[in-house]
Amino acid sequence: MNILGVAAQLISKRTVLLPSNTLLTVTDLHKSFGTLQVLKGISFSVKRGEKVVIIGPSGSGKSTCLRAINYLEAPSSGVIDLSGIRIGERQTSSGDWKRMSDAELAPQRAQIGMVFQLFYLWPHLTVRDNVALQPQKVAGMNKQDAYRLADEMLAKVHLSDKADEYPERLSGGQQQRVAIARALAQQPKLLLFDEPTSALDPELVGEVLGVIHELADEGRSMILVTHEIKFAREVADRIIFMDGGVIIEEGSPRSLLDKPRNPRLKQFLRQINSSGTSS
Amino acid sequence: MIPIDHILEFARPLAEAAAITIFVSVGAFGLALALGLSLAVLRDFHPVAIIRWLVQVYVEIFRNIPSLTHLFLLFFGLAYVGVRLSSIAASILGLGLIGAASLSEVFRASFESIHHGQRESSLAVGLTPSQAFRTIILPQAWRVALPPIGNYAVQLIKDTSLVAAIAAPEIMFTARNLVVNTFETTLVYTLAALLYLAICLPLSRVIRHLEVKSATPR
Repeated sequence: MNILGVAAQLISKRTVLLPSNTLLTVTDLHKSFGTLQVLKGISFSVKRGEKVVIIGPSGSGKSTCLRAINYLEAPSSGVIDLSGIRIGERQTSSGDWKRMSDAELAPQRAQIGMVFQLFYLWPHLTVRDNVALQPQKVAGMNKQDAYRLADEMLAKVHLSDKADEYPERLSGGQQQRVAIARALAQQPKLLLFDEPTSALDPELVGEVLGVIHELADEGRSMILVTHEIKFAREVADRIIFMDGGVIIEEGSPRSLLDKPRNPRLKQFLRQINSSGTSS
Repeated sequence: MIPIDHILEFARPLAEAAAITIFVSVGAFGLALALGLSLAVLRDFHPVAIIRWLVQVYVEIFRNIPSLTHLFLLFFGLAYVGVRLSSIAASILGLGLIGAASLSEVFRASFESIHHGQRESSLAVGLTPSQAFRTIILPQAWRVALPPIGNYAVQLIKDTSLVAAIAAPEIMFTARNLVVNTFETTLVYTLAALLYLAICLPLSRVIRHLEVKSATPR
């Protein structure tokens, strides 16, 4: 084999290897509700182990963007690719891409953990069953293994002592930590947090952010929508600032928060700082 | 003076009639529950619009036509076109079909009372829509539906008196026959009333107990 051939092979291998570092690619995402355009062409990617925080004023489309990633909000157009697999669409024999049904989407969604602002725990199940349900029903574990996994995940969020309680008996912060344990039990490739502390009393925010911080330190890939700027600075590898359905600016916490270039971002940061949400 | 001999004379036919009342009630209730739940699921979740519309038509037909008319149609109307149902079969079928229409509305209301976030979080972890329905939505909706279902059950037992009109030998039909033969009007109808009480009161108690038991644990 000549040198050119070897080089060509190396290059082709390299091109194959390169994308494997990328976990999620979002390309030209659009979403409209009726005539209201909420997302106007969002593109970004997340590397394996990367922590991406999305900030922006309310109504900027950041939650919609997050919810589009697991197709809870099916985008009007755009492509979402999770480690080489297109989410929410399958190719027909004629080569067109067709929207999947919720049933077809289920195994894809199972790979993405999601934590909601309002927790959405299942009130008729104990905390342990809330966490063990996915492993049993989706991953097909037996009850014993699922409970073992659930207890492990509850230990991670420091709630081992609450396993037999029902969600309604827990504080908001505890409920949100159960919701995080539930997402972790999916053993997901990617974690999505949709304003996980916005519904909490101020004194309960810290315990939830603490748990998310620990997960970030474990090297988990995550996208977090939040108003907690100080927290974003601590955990984010990259911050994306959205406004009006587009990405206005993105970069490292330091560059974006300390040297914002865009006037809208500057104004947003000023408002956040003066309202005290960042403390 | 209590006419003991008459009471003893009426006891056997009325007891048999009560058994028929209970049999018709249980049969109609089972049919109404199963069909009502199925109709509610079809109405709310079936992807084909015509199916959802047909369910709505069904509900409207049974809600807006008197029960007695339905029973006559099933018993006399079907017989006229060659389908002969026994009076008991027509009673169970008729009351069951009518009950299904009301219970389907009860179930739908109970589904709607469950916050949409419950379904979202179920789908987000990777449950299919039918898994989400069975394991997350229905168990919660059931608790909401239980009190109206209980009311329906009691109402149903009282409504079985209607099927006397198609000669099903239940309590009221038997009572009227006894009155016609003995002219003991007050005594017979009082006994009938006591029989209904004896059936319905314990049922109400059981329902109350179930409601308490299935309330969200706290």
